Amino acid sequence: MTEFLGLYNYWIVIFLMMTGFYIVIARENLIKTIIGLNIFQTSVFLLYITMGKVTGGTAPILKGSHGGESHGGETHGAENHGAEHGQELIAAAEGHLDSGVDAVVGVYSNPIPSVLMLTAIVVGIATTALALALVVRIREEYGTIEEDEILEMDRNS
Amino acid sequence: MMDFIVIPILALLAATAVTVARIRNLWAAVMFTGIYSFLSASWMLILDAPDVAFTEAAVGAGITTILMLATLSLTPRRHRKSGRLSSEDFEERPSKSPLFPLLIVTITGCALVYGTFDMPHFGDPNAPIQVYPEPSFVEKSQPDMHGLPNVVTAVLASYRGYDTLGETAVIFTAGIAVLLILRKNTDDKDGSESQAVTGENV
Repeated sequence: MTEFLGLYNYWIVIFLMMTGFYIVIARENLIKTIIGLNIFQTSVFLLYITMGKVTGGTAPILKGSHGGESHGGETHGAENHGAEHGQELIAAAEGHLDSGVDAVVGVYSNPIPSVLMLTAIVVGIATTALALALVVRIREEYGTIEEDEILEMDRNS
Repeated sequence: MMDFIVIPILALLAATAVTVARIRNLWAAVMFTGIYSFLSASWMLILDAPDVAFTEAAVGAGITTILMLATLSLTPRRHRKSGRLSSEDFEERPSKSPLFPLLIVTITGCALVYGTFDMPHFGDPNAPIQVYPEPSFVEKSQPDMHGLPNVVTAVLASYRGYDTLGETAVIFTAGIAVLLILRKNTDDKDGSESQAVTGENV
């Protein structure tokens, strides 16, 4: 049983995702459906972000001697040592946390899911805005935002 | 120590999602959606993704809520020419039996949980996602971006710059589409329409 407890993050995400899915398929109100889609979408963001987390890691903002306060000559030095630091980072990522990690290189969580989800959030707001505009337009035409009433009007006309 | 923060956040997250599913009043549902977004932003912050957390708090909890409230104000149930709207005008009708959707959702959820048994554990440093794109790009991003310490920004603006440009194009397209959808041939009820349009362009 203990080997499955490490998967709790996926189960929480799945619970949230299924709640959103339930709202989408069970509710007739168009605005409620969009709310359900939003909840589904946010849970997908959470799925990606939890996969990028590394135990003991920190946010992928580099710290150390060639950070913020010392640019210039240091930046050049960092270029030469880049590959070497990369190796140390791989070592850190492979679990040898106490060997070969100096003050410059720490353990960072994966930045790639963050990047992907930043794009997804912005695209998500675009689709939400479009859906809401369509709801406003449907309300103007039909006088209701309940899906079954709209379908009935379509059948009768 | 961290569990004292994480567990309440996750419990509140689940409770908020269930509340949104159960509640009938649409204003309340929209406000709970904002709370849900903010709670998920809090969890993202704990999961070492501050950039996503900021964006989710600003876009998910902020702009989405404003857009939904603007839409809600334009779509009351009864079409009244005069008179005050009451909260009943923003309530869903009671829906049909929830048993069939509940069954579908349960089956799908069980299938997904079964799928997670093959997934790497939470926080595992040897997971494929951590190992495969060689992590040295984290260090190399600093010289590539002239000392910029935030790797997420470096990847977003430099390595994936064209993707970000495409994302901007998507927003532009959506803005134009919203304007076209909401445009009217007759120019009555101009006030309420421009309210929604201003919301889109934030």
